[in-house]
Amino acid sequence: MTGLFSEVFLSALLFGAVTAAIPLLLAGLGEQMSEKAGVLNIGIEGMMLAGAYLGFVGAFYSGSLWLGFLTGAAGGVAVALIMALLCVRIGLNQIIIGIALTLGLEGLTALLHHFQFSRSYPRLPAADATVIPLLSDIPVIGAAFFKHHLIVYLAVALVFGMSYLYRRTQLGLNLQAAGDKPAALDVAGIDVIKTRTIAVLTTGALAGLGGAYLANVGAGLFIPFITNGAGFLGIVLAMLARGRPIWVLFGALLFGVCLSLTTAMQVAGINIPTDVIQMLPFLAVMIMLVLFGRRASLPAALGIPYERGAR
Amino acid sequence: MSGSSSSSVAGRDIVALEGVTKRFPGIVANDSVDLSIRPGEVHVLLGENGAGKSTLIGMLSGLQQPDEGRILVDGKPTPITSPRHALALGIGTVFQHMMLVPTLTVAENLLLGGPWWQRPRSEELETRVAEITSSLGITVKLHAKVSELSLGEQQQVEILRAMVRNSRLLILDESTSMLTPKGIEELGALMRRLVEQGLAIVFITHKLKEAAAFGDRISVLKLGRKVGEIPPERFRALGEQEIISEIVELMFGKQKDDPEAAQRPTRTIRADAVPLLQVADLSVAPTENAPGLSSISFDIRPGEILGIAGIDGNGQKQLAEALAGQRAATRGSVRLEGTAIDALSVGERRKRGLRYLTDDRLGEGTVGTFPVSINFFLKQVGAAPFWRSGVEQRAEIDRHAAELVREYDVRTPSLKTPVARLSGGNIQKVLLARELAEGAKVVIFNKPTYGLDLANTLASRQRIRDTAARGLAVLLISTDLEELLVMCDRVAVIANGAVVGTVENTDDARTRIGRLMIGLAA
Repeated sequence: MTGLFSEVFLSALLFGAVTAAIPLLLAGLGEQMSEKAGVLNIGIEGMMLAGAYLGFVGAFYSGSLWLGFLTGAAGGVAVALIMALLCVRIGLNQIIIGIALTLGLEGLTALLHHFQFSRSYPRLPAADATVIPLLSDIPVIGAAFFKHHLIVYLAVALVFGMSYLYRRTQLGLNLQAAGDKPAALDVAGIDVIKTRTIAVLTTGALAGLGGAYLANVGAGLFIPFITNGAGFLGIVLAMLARGRPIWVLFGALLFGVCLSLTTAMQVAGINIPTDVIQMLPFLAVMIMLVLFGRRASLPAALGIPYERGAR
Repeated sequence: MSGSSSSSVAGRDIVALEGVTKRFPGIVANDSVDLSIRPGEVHVLLGENGAGKSTLIGMLSGLQQPDEGRILVDGKPTPITSPRHALALGIGTVFQHMMLVPTLTVAENLLLGGPWWQRPRSEELETRVAEITSSLGITVKLHAKVSELSLGEQQQVEILRAMVRNSRLLILDESTSMLTPKGIEELGALMRRLVEQGLAIVFITHKLKEAAAFGDRISVLKLGRKVGEIPPERFRALGEQEIISEIVELMFGKQKDDPEAAQRPTRTIRADAVPLLQVADLSVAPTENAPGLSSISFDIRPGEILGIAGIDGNGQKQLAEALAGQRAATRGSVRLEGTAIDALSVGERRKRGLRYLTDDRLGEGTVGTFPVSINFFLKQVGAAPFWRSGVEQRAEIDRHAAELVREYDVRTPSLKTPVARLSGGNIQKVLLARELAEGAKVVIFNKPTYGLDLANTLASRQRIRDTAARGLAVLLISTDLEELLVMCDRVAVIANGAVVGTVENTDDARTRIGRLMIGLAA
């Protein structure tokens, strides 16, 4: 038992939880924006994969993690452009297009990776951590929370940025109106299609960034299907958060702990079948849905394409 | 027309429509309508459902573009291309269905529409709102969520929103339909104060009393056409009752271009014949959005057409549904060939020969995605010879369907075409074929020619006449007085769910029915 609850172990567990939580956080924040604007973005898993692949490729060839984040976000935006065109502008079914995008990107990224690297899985050098002075000296917590890559702190700061956006800005009002009563936004003189497009593209950028973080910092390499449902967890987080970014952060951390625990318990060699351990995060999803799912309130026009004058 | 748009003098048109026409597949919603809208005037647009009021509003507010004709703003031809453009021109619209975001506060709703990169200007808004509300004598809870407000309060917010945006023209679309009588009165007073401040108001309604009470100028629309206008000078000279009767004359008076207008039915019905349908003391409880029926009684003899006249929404649909068995009656009896059918279900009533042609052709009458052939036999699903042991007999269905298509002249590409793809007139033919099929004894037609073009209207009317000529009893519900006068032997007038009088279709029937419809004795 000493091994399991030692300071070092706990610290590593929490560190892993944060690392696992960041992609979920970014995906959840992205999905939240789409949903606020009335677009159910099931293609987010595909956007993350595109981000993971392009992010890895960018970082691998340039040697710069930051360039990798940029290409990753661009990859997510590229997929989001397709989604925006088909679902927002043309008004096709968001669920079907979302699934198609996810499945398509799963295949495409695996194929491209295979072409490029054959069966080898080159690794990136470990990411530099930005150590926060003083705070990082706190036992357990210091090592767990204050020795991460800079992007982690930025992602957490984004939570507050999003809160501000939704509560205090004109764009935030427009987004909410686009999801709750698009016709009202339209007659107020704001283009609903444009507003929703902005939301979907932002989702793409955030999901792509999350994917790039997952590959470049979390794993240090790209393997096909690396996101492993992170995008879908993001959808769950967004739905449970009831439009509030801070709840996405809490939810992401909770799932992060579960994911990290999965690894930690395997490392610690606890005598439970790994399959059971790997179920943990998804069990947590179901428990959360049972506990809070009923209270999840979704925008009234979620999933309904907007067409002017249609009743 | 000079270009100096800024110096609009009172009495000059803010917005004018010239020969505006708008078509939708199958119908002409607006047929070269002229309209002039002036500051300091409440311009009432009066017309029944389907008269084309909403389409006109859609074009003024930038949601739709006219197919022909032009819209002049401050005397200059200006296509209104989008809602944003309409707002920029100073045209604010309060739509029939509330256009507020329920999850946002009143203030946030008022702020919607600002440039997206800006912080919402709450302080500015509050001073502006305070100015407007104090000058209008209303109070608005700026920080309440819209979903917590009553409908009347929401409407005030919408009017306020138009004012905040410096609208010069305020369009109110059926704004009284959801208000309490007190709310309606308040709205009337508010409109008065607004026009006194120099605003122009277009007030859409189908209620004559409101038109007479709140208007300065009235335009009457009927089936997409403007059939008359009462200018302010005349308006002021007339008393309320005179205005109402003038409107009635416009709305229900002789129409020059109905080719059948001059005719009157020449049927002889044996007065001693036993009535096929006897309705006595029929009552239905009112629901949230529909009036009830109170104590309706009438008989229809074989070969007779009884018309039900009245302004739309006075219980016509409820009556039809109660007779067909789709709506429970609280009191009274319905007898078919002398036998009470009150306890019978919809299907059993149909089997006994009571048929109902709904006015909701696509919603209730047919299944749009099903082929034409199946729609002919929708009410016989599972019955021989079209179904045997639960299996569809395709050949049998198609053979009968082909016969009906020929007999009723249904213009369809094929029997397999989904019925929703047909025009309104052809869908009506499918319904006629289905309901008039063997065994029909009493047929209820609810607005059978509503929304149809002239050729199909005439065809449908002939079909109804033939039905009566075969010795069936016909109940014809219509909001088109002209139609009732050329079709019916007698006309009962319904108002607020009660029959207020029955008139033999003689020479003076038109005036007598008109008087009954507006609540005067026949």
